[in-house]
Amino acid sequence: MTEKLLEVQNLRTHFFTRTGVVKAVEDVSFYLEEGETLGVVGESGSGKSVTSLSIMRLIDKPGKIVGGKILFKGEDIAEMDEDRLLQIRGGKIAMIFQDPMTSLNPVLTVGFQIAEAVKTHLKLDDKAAMNRAAEMLERVRIPEARRRLNHYPHEFSGGMRQRVMIAIALSCNPQLLIADEPTTALDVTIQAQVLELIKGLSKEFRTATLLITHDLGVVAGTCDRVVVMYAGRVVESAPTHTLFKKPAHPYTQALLQAIPRPDEPPGSRLHAISGQPPSLINLPAGCPFAPRCVKAQARCRQELPPLETKGAGQMAACFYPY
Amino acid sequence: MAAEIAQPYPSAEVASDTLVDVRNLKVHFPIRGGLLGRTVASVKAVDGVDLTIKRGETLGLVGESGCGKSTLGRAVLQLVKPTDGSVIFEGTDLTRTSYGTLRRMRADMQMIFQDPFSSLDPRFTVGRIISEPMVNFGRGTSQEREARVKELLQVVGLNPAWVHRYPHEFSGGQRQRIGIARALALNPKFIVADEPISALDVSIQAQVLNLLADLRDQFNLTYLFIAHNLSAVKHVSKRVAVMYLGHIVELGSGDDVYANPQHPYTIALLSASPIPDPELELTRKRIILTGDVPSPVNPPSGCPFHPRCWKAQAICREVAPPLEEKRPNQIAACHFPGA
Repeated sequence: MTEKLLEVQNLRTHFFTRTGVVKAVEDVSFYLEEGETLGVVGESGSGKSVTSLSIMRLIDKPGKIVGGKILFKGEDIAEMDEDRLLQIRGGKIAMIFQDPMTSLNPVLTVGFQIAEAVKTHLKLDDKAAMNRAAEMLERVRIPEARRRLNHYPHEFSGGMRQRVMIAIALSCNPQLLIADEPTTALDVTIQAQVLELIKGLSKEFRTATLLITHDLGVVAGTCDRVVVMYAGRVVESAPTHTLFKKPAHPYTQALLQAIPRPDEPPGSRLHAISGQPPSLINLPAGCPFAPRCVKAQARCRQELPPLETKGAGQMAACFYPY
Repeated sequence: MAAEIAQPYPSAEVASDTLVDVRNLKVHFPIRGGLLGRTVASVKAVDGVDLTIKRGETLGLVGESGCGKSTLGRAVLQLVKPTDGSVIFEGTDLTRTSYGTLRRMRADMQMIFQDPFSSLDPRFTVGRIISEPMVNFGRGTSQEREARVKELLQVVGLNPAWVHRYPHEFSGGQRQRIGIARALALNPKFIVADEPISALDVSIQAQVLNLLADLRDQFNLTYLFIAHNLSAVKHVSKRVAVMYLGHIVELGSGDDVYANPQHPYTIALLSASPIPDPELELTRKRIILTGDVPSPVNPPSGCPFHPRCWKAQAICREVAPPLEEKRPNQIAACHFPGA
């Protein structure tokens, strides 16, 4: 067995709030091979963003990683000391966030912000770093890259800012790119541009990508494999084609049916999922999806179904799959 | 342009099945600058829009941020004052009627907002939020209003026992239901729904879309449904209008617009929306537009889409294409329409 680039094992991240312990991520395991694109899909509160922040060790109080391993090329990030972490974060593992306006520093030029990352991780001098910054802006197809180096984030449009973020993230040749809802704040035509760019560049730089999104449409066009999360847990993981063709978990099935598709006849009725996701403080016993599940039996309300292999490369946490 | 001159619109001229008739509507926001605060330029948010909405119909309005779709929705309800043009609601021109008449007519025209968090007053109970429109218009006694609030909660699928709760006790989807109940309180004829599902999770979006469709059939409502998501619009509306930089660029039945888009912008928009089907995503031809939407302060000459259009010719840079019928009952503003 070859070593995986990233292997998350039984990760548990909890938030200790005044009203109780929020189990944002509970027993999450998945892996990522080199050069692969893995989609993590879920709704708000499913734990997908907390998972990605945990991988970067960016969880702040009252949150804490309380269990599990995050193996990056065999090294456990959860146990790493600050110095080693600083080498990896931004260098070997880079991240793109949802909102490019708040994740860029408004008082520094974009050239400075790209150069800063390059100087830290690639140990380049000022001049070489600026050259690298200009090269990266060109790579993300920002016109007149040289001149744009001296511009501030507010002088760029939303799509352009996200390109700048991508330029910063890829400037140090990371082996893993974590993109947390990178296109959610963008318009559809701009979303298409940015997704193409991420796809193209990650291939070119041979970067593995962890794409976090709520949009199954985005996953269909970009990912090799998908992990579906619900209420802090992984409920299904499968190759993209299998997941869309033969979803095993009733939640995945329901999610796929609930999306309006542009290629469906107008006026047709959507299959809504009744109810809402449970509170993460007071999770029901048994399967967290049971209260909303059409297939739920008595057993589902008492016992937690384990994540088991159901087909080729496909795993699901359900007693009554398909 | 001929339609610039203000004309009286006698009600007989409006076909009886037309509820809302928008003619050459313009909304320009002034940009002030300099020492004296003079108007130095203007944002042409809506720049000459013609639309009719029939009774009982849902007209979908699609476009990207900054195309003027929300401003158009607000201008139809007179929540922003149009710079020019008219909005005729049941034979009355709302832009030229008296304040008193407009206020009375507002009961028939309601709005559902995008953000279910900022559109509900956090200090009010659900009961007070939903009964406020009735209090404003002096409808019913307080007992009658209370009964109506409970009835409305039931209609939108919430527990009537929750009248004394506050907005923060509800999830996003539930809050959007409260906003819908408030919009229904006065039995309106027309509702502008401005991105009512954009802030919601996928599994909740479907619930709210289905609810809106049910309510339309139950109460014979007419919607102007604004969204940036083409798929969602297609589910609720028979006719769809596509907007770009303050102009309607294409309008037709949902079937036609989706199967045979005439305007290149519509083609690009359809091509850019991801389809949850990996096999289709692999095989279908994608058109990826270059560049961003131009500024509405200084829109391009000729066709507003020409700087991003792969079909643009010399004429597109000079002459703005008129909105004309390109296929039966399908109009588009393009010199070189079709695939």
